[in-house]
Amino acid sequence: MMKKSRRHFLKVAGIAAIGLGAAPAMNFAAPDTHGPADAVKTKHPDALTARRWGMVIDTGKLNENILKQITDVCHARHNVPDFNHEVDREKFPRTRPVNHKQEIKWIWKEKFHYAFPYKEDEFLNERFKNMYFPVLCNHCKNPSCVRACPTQATFSRADGIVMMDYHRCIGCRFCMAACPYGARSFNYRNPLPFIADLDPDFPFRSKGVVEKCNLCAERLAKGEQPYCAEASEGAIVVGDLEDPESDVRKLLRENYSIRRKQTLGTEPSVYYIV
Amino acid sequence: MTRNWIVTGLAIFVLAVLSPFWFNLVTTTQAAPEPELLGPAKEARKCVLDKYDMRANHMSLLDEWRDAVVRNADRIYVAANGHSFNMSLSTGENSCLGCHADKEKFCDACHVYTSVDPYCWECHINPKEIQ
Repeated sequence: MMKKSRRHFLKVAGIAAIGLGAAPAMNFAAPDTHGPADAVKTKHPDALTARRWGMVIDTGKLNENILKQITDVCHARHNVPDFNHEVDREKFPRTRPVNHKQEIKWIWKEKFHYAFPYKEDEFLNERFKNMYFPVLCNHCKNPSCVRACPTQATFSRADGIVMMDYHRCIGCRFCMAACPYGARSFNYRNPLPFIADLDPDFPFRSKGVVEKCNLCAERLAKGEQPYCAEASEGAIVVGDLEDPESDVRKLLRENYSIRRKQTLGTEPSVYYIV
Repeated sequence: MTRNWIVTGLAIFVLAVLSPFWFNLVTTTQAAPEPELLGPAKEARKCVLDKYDMRANHMSLLDEWRDAVVRNADRIYVAANGHSFNMSLSTGENSCLGCHADKEKFCDACHVYTSVDPYCWECHINPKEIQ
């Protein structure tokens, strides 16, 4: 029978305390138990990277044809539904009539006084009065949608792209209320009947999630430029805003540019040369 | 008298509790589907994880892949055995369905058997299904 004494108790307690203190160090030395130790996830060798992605739109090079081209290719390649599309009644027999207020858009055209409401002067340049501007998610540096999202479905990626993880979106639409640019659309219904040609290279969305422009993250990852930049005939340039030598910074250095509602402090990354 | 009632009651209770087991004994059970290598996977024979690990953990692997792709922009998975894969369910040749060509046999056979209903295909597109 072991003799119980204060001295013995303190010895055991001391050893136990050392053991507890050493546990984190031991865990650090232990191998990672999640999957094989040496599996690695990497980027595509051709992937385009940036410290902060941004976009410069030269409005002087745009016209309605180019705007239509841009919107069409973006929406077609990302499986964005078009509510003007004639539904195939054989495949989708019970499709309800559409409500055009529920339209879904990633990039679209807007008149100057809607796109830049604080810059609408009394005697505005004639050109701006009738012109359309392409508007899209601004991939803000300080995005209000990310703050509003309760599930972190919307988040700011390290390279500045404001991304969405549609798997995590619960459809609460706080982000839509938070976004001052109206860049987000909610899927009030299953979009499938309104997609003319499904593009197998990009998923579509389900009913009940919010969606928006992702700056073609899937293309940048393969070393390709975003669809809008490709279709814009040189009017849209996408590049690294933090790199003083990049094309976008060069354009911004040499031209006067404006941003949408920049007084709100969200720091949009989309610049318009006017 | 009371004893008989109690014993009968107990017997009924035990039978009821064990009903899933005897129900399975008297009805014919469907044999578990045998996984079958089809399409490019049949020739390539390079696995992401070993068979048993994959069977048990493919859902966590897909979960990890999704976070890597969406959040870190990492799209290539270099497995422990040195083969590299495109971390995608259905886009490109090196994706899940790019290699295991037939979704019905590769995914659905086991999911149907085990009554699992994942919602992958509510958004992701099986390239074979587009007509």
